[in-house]
Amino acid sequence: MSATRAAAPARRTAAESPRTGRTVPTLLRHLAVAAVAGVVVLAISYQLDSFRNFQLATVAAYLCATAGLTVLTGLCGQLSLGHGALMATGAYTVALCQNAFADRGVTAGGVLVLSLATAVLATVAVGAVVGVAAARLRGPYLAGLTLAVAVVVPALTVTFDGVFNGEQGLAVPVAPAPAALGFYFPYERWQLWVVTAATLLCLVLLANLVRSRYGRAFRAVRDDEVAARLAGIHVARTQVIAFVVSAGSAGLGGALLAMLAQSVSPGAFGLTLSLFLLMAVVIGGLGRLAGAVWGAVLLVALPDLTHTLTDLFTLSPAAAQRLEGNLPLAIFGGTLIVVMIAAPGGVQGLLSRLAGSLRVRWRRRRS
Amino acid sequence: MEDGLALHHIGVRFGGLTALDDVSLRVSPGEVVGVIGPNGAGKTTLFNVVCGFVAPHTGSLTLDGRPLRPRPHRLTRLGIARTLQGTGLFAGLTVLENVMAGASHAARTGLLPALLGLPRSDRDERRLRRHAHDVLDELGIAAHAEAAPGTLPFAVRQRVALARALAARPRLLLLDEPAGGLGAEDVAGLAELIRGLPRRAADPCAVLLVEHHMDLVMAVCDRIVVLDFGRVVAAGPPEAVREDPAVVDAYLGATVGEARA
Repeated sequence: MSATRAAAPARRTAAESPRTGRTVPTLLRHLAVAAVAGVVVLAISYQLDSFRNFQLATVAAYLCATAGLTVLTGLCGQLSLGHGALMATGAYTVALCQNAFADRGVTAGGVLVLSLATAVLATVAVGAVVGVAAARLRGPYLAGLTLAVAVVVPALTVTFDGVFNGEQGLAVPVAPAPAALGFYFPYERWQLWVVTAATLLCLVLLANLVRSRYGRAFRAVRDDEVAARLAGIHVARTQVIAFVVSAGSAGLGGALLAMLAQSVSPGAFGLTLSLFLLMAVVIGGLGRLAGAVWGAVLLVALPDLTHTLTDLFTLSPAAAQRLEGNLPLAIFGGTLIVVMIAAPGGVQGLLSRLAGSLRVRWRRRRS
Repeated sequence: MEDGLALHHIGVRFGGLTALDDVSLRVSPGEVVGVIGPNGAGKTTLFNVVCGFVAPHTGSLTLDGRPLRPRPHRLTRLGIARTLQGTGLFAGLTVLENVMAGASHAARTGLLPALLGLPRSDRDERRLRRHAHDVLDELGIAAHAEAAPGTLPFAVRQRVALARALAARPRLLLLDEPAGGLGAEDVAGLAELIRGLPRRAADPCAVLLVEHHMDLVMAVCDRIVVLDFGRVVAAGPPEAVREDPAVVDAYLGATVGEARA
């Protein structure tokens, strides 16, 4: 994948260039960034209305999935057309868990953490199975396998409708916001906080991994498998690890989405979602967690944008509905083509290039 | 006890084609051994057998007298590193990261500590980075540590590939056509470097060299093995091999005499 290589050039952070000097610990650096992001979201959550809070929470939920996918596809070079299905796995697991808790009369808010953890574990298990198969496949065969996953998983929910309730899906009972926050505290703001906390945790873990020897092994395997093996890297194991980590992130993303919507149905996790996710990470900038943020924003903003667009024209309700269903995909596809031609590094690549040239100009002016 | 790598009567067939036929050779510690031969003589297949990419149909390998069943990703653990034709560098990694990747088997951090970003992961990375810097220093390319390989001249990239292999601290280094694409001046520098490998202060290593460039082979090798059509047609010190009629024949074949037919 030549696009993958171009999209993720070697990048350095200022914190690690001195060769022997002490550096800021990776964990500390990532936690600091996460803390800042958390505070910013917290502040913003008070400025936005409920709908915007909900949308921002949706961005955060998608971000888990896009971040996981960009690690897999951008860093490790494995294409996955099945991440929508992995999100479904997480979503249905959290639904089943929350229902099981509710049936037993456990309604404390804290059990959500348990349900989310179970959802991640379940998706990790599915990811391990798919990942082991995926590690043996390359190019179109890998695409085919993950495509099959994307199609099969939503179909399973209809086949076993006794458990998953078919096309209708399941409700996800979620505890209300803690009473300590006050009676009039908007529920969407609370949702945003919960989702943001989970997403930041996911991102910190992913960022740690990317900066470790595993991140280097991912990129080595992506660039040259033969050289990677000769360098002492177990290629298949590395690919499985990437797949499992990526799946876990997607599972968390799906679980958070289900928690936000308080329901889950197969329609939301079709093949289109998988394609959207892939396009989102490519447009955002493959192989970069910051690019995954742009991708997640796009995933939420685009349907909203098309809705606004279709409202501009007076259309028959049927035509408007058809347009709204297909327009996001068309716009996404169009954007993808434009971005690939104009900026193969995606939005994030473009931004870091801009920042780089600004820095050069600034330095020149100072000297 | 026989130290070093030994190949005993190795035979490899690809379908009806015999790539290697009863090839035996040995590389002892401190030696530079060259493998030469015309195109298709089986030189690269020989390397692929040692690396575990190709399983021999007959014969066996031993390392320090013990049977060797090579698998590519376990090779550096056994103290064997290999460079690839071209350079085979990781285009998306910096020079430094490429060299760090070469020492992958020395990285100890498990998945969980890496995910959690524990200090031990940082320590591991720092140790690898220092080691990689040392190797870059030794090869005189430390200035390029932060560069992307694609932006560097071929001769420098070739050295990076060598640095990546040396980062594994091998006892035996397999060099696959290291002079390919180099100018005369660079070849001279490379020759000096290869000569010095068995005498390095830290991590001295023996060298098995596959090369087309005759001047380089003659300059650096203690012994030379000549392959033709998958068979060893001559072996010995450079000056003896140079005069060997079988070698002259293999290389210049039809133009010198019709003995081959």
